[in-house]
Amino acid sequence: MTRSSRQLWHFHGGLKLESNKAISTQSPIVKARLPKRLILPVQQHIGEAGALLVKKGDKVLKGQAITQSTEYVSAPVHASSSGTVIDIDEYPAPHPSGLNTLCVVIETDGEDKWTELQPTHYINTKSPAELRQLIRKAGIVGLGGAAFPTAVKVNPGPQAHIETLIINGAECEPYISCDDMLMREYATELISGCGIIQYMVSATHCLITVEDNKPEAIKAIQAVINEQALHTIEVVSIPTIYPTGGEKQLIKVLTQKEVPSDGFPSDIGLLVQNVGTAVAVHKAIVLGEPLISRIVTVTGEGVKQPQNMEVLIGTSMSELIEQSGGYHDDACKLIMGGPMMGFTLQTDHLPVIKGCNCLLVENTPEETPATMPCIRCGACASVCPAQLLPQQLFWMASSKNFELVQDYHLFDCIECGCCAQVCPSQIPLVQYYRFAKTEIWSQERDRIKSDHARVRHDFRQARLELEKKERAEKLRKKKELLEKKKIAEAAAKNDTPETEIDPKKAAIEAAMKRVQDKKAAKQNNNTSSDE
Amino acid sequence: MSILIAIIVLATISVFFGLLLGYTSVKFHVEGDPVVDKIDALLPQTQCGQCTYPGCRPYAEAIAAGEANINQCPPGGETTMLALSELLGVEPIPLDSEHADDPEKTVVYIDEQTCIGCTLCIQACPVDAILGAAKQMHSIIESECTGCNLCIPPCPVDCIHIIPVKIEPETWRWSLPESTDTSPKA
Repeated sequence: MTRSSRQLWHFHGGLKLESNKAISTQSPIVKARLPKRLILPVQQHIGEAGALLVKKGDKVLKGQAITQSTEYVSAPVHASSSGTVIDIDEYPAPHPSGLNTLCVVIETDGEDKWTELQPTHYINTKSPAELRQLIRKAGIVGLGGAAFPTAVKVNPGPQAHIETLIINGAECEPYISCDDMLMREYATELISGCGIIQYMVSATHCLITVEDNKPEAIKAIQAVINEQALHTIEVVSIPTIYPTGGEKQLIKVLTQKEVPSDGFPSDIGLLVQNVGTAVAVHKAIVLGEPLISRIVTVTGEGVKQPQNMEVLIGTSMSELIEQSGGYHDDACKLIMGGPMMGFTLQTDHLPVIKGCNCLLVENTPEETPATMPCIRCGACASVCPAQLLPQQLFWMASSKNFELVQDYHLFDCIECGCCAQVCPSQIPLVQYYRFAKTEIWSQERDRIKSDHARVRHDFRQARLELEKKERAEKLRKKKELLEKKKIAEAAAKNDTPETEIDPKKAAIEAAMKRVQDKKAAKQNNNTSSDE
Repeated sequence: MSILIAIIVLATISVFFGLLLGYTSVKFHVEGDPVVDKIDALLPQTQCGQCTYPGCRPYAEAIAAGEANINQCPPGGETTMLALSELLGVEPIPLDSEHADDPEKTVVYIDEQTCIGCTLCIQACPVDAILGAAKQMHSIIESECTGCNLCIPPCPVDCIHIIPVKIEPETWRWSLPESTDTSPKA
């Protein structure tokens, strides 16, 4: 095996955390029951939402697209099972804001009937661009949690040359084990998916990286590699340090290279994909199946039977909890994602979305430790995997100095939570960074809007000015015309002899004469009758 | 004789520099006042006139001329005031209006049942965000509306109402964690 001989490096900082993964890896992946209702948010990814393809009352088949991408950075959503669209409206979605978002609600018919699928049997008959199109149509997004459209990520541009494909199976966050179980049970599909992506970006070799606390997964993948005698795919065991699953941290560990602050891994010849994404790519190309399900870890001390489940996208979280034995009596907090980077959900009546890797139920009573003033100990800076100065960022964010906080590279922060974890004053540091980030984005949106308004206002001013000028010009022309007419008339009066009478005048005179004649005639008649 | 040389030399130099200055003033002439542009870029462009000036640019000109304070823009709120104080190097002044801290963003909408199609609001809108014609129904183009509310007073039938801008998950913002003890101490 080559994995022991490969040299590895360290990224700055990081933490050794209690992994707590074993509680959910005791049983194999369970298929969740087909729910009665599927709620599918149209926006489940980074980028633009697609345009709706269905309307209320439509019958849909499993795998049928219900939205269509209109922008480049976008991914369509597919019906996870067959049934009828019973509503298209705003429903609560799993998001830290707890706000509603546009969803398509499907009442399942229980038949789970697939739409016609178009599998690709020989990958080599298709060009990378054609495969990208297939991935795009299958609605695949990064399943590690960020949910960035995969078709965009595997197209790093014509000048980028991808040397190595890195498949991220590190899964460094405590409690989460969906990637671990996926690697154990879908190793063949994973290797197939790796091969497809490798072919698409023409990477010379592929490294599947797994933390050394997942020996079963490493064994399963190695067995498939040995069986198929693959030389370009290699499984690498890496030390378990949080957050080694971060893209930039993983690259540092494997290659010692650093991704530029505002750059992408493709700038240094690398592409990183999650293991779940690789399996989804295999399903999309080899089987023709779009992304309609994913593996979700349902775990934590607050749930009775922690396990991993294969779940149709759009299934209600409450059903997963119910099928995992339900809540313990002392369960108090539901988190989507892990304990470090996840966010608290207000309710479990929310659909599972493509980026939902874990449902964590905590039972530790939420004793909010009293936040104390920063003592400038610098512990946060020593653990920061992005080599930032968390303490400085904190001062700047809390004093709303949004320009300076960007100069200190706020946007390189991956919100891993290491700084908040080690802070002796219990300052919720990441919240400050999230606050600053969303505030900066909001100001940027306002700036774009005000620039737009300025252009429109200026245009209106210019238009009003022009209209005023045109009106003045018209008035001037009319006046000129009138003047000319007057002059012409005056000239005509002087020129023509008096005898020639104006036809209008003549007409009036003639009319008056007629009236006088009539009057005279009447008078004559009256006098004659009197006689 | 020597005094003559001095005069000639000085005269030549002054003529030379005179020409140079004349040339540069023509060559590097700056159209308008750049400070006004910079101030204008920071203002929210609602054109609402709440600053007592007829629009954002006139207010920017007034600030540049030293006639107006930097705290007269309610839609911009504290953020704009701080940005202006930073730009102009003057002390920040608290906003005197009640909605100073974080003004809620609003737009207007027209109750189309009540609208009589008088076009008065169209004439009042500073950014051409109202669509309609005489005796035809009017409608606000929401994406263009700056929330200046200038269309409300002219409306003879009071059919224009203010609504807050809807917050979507994409535009939602994390709030600053509530803590009093953590503010930086000198």
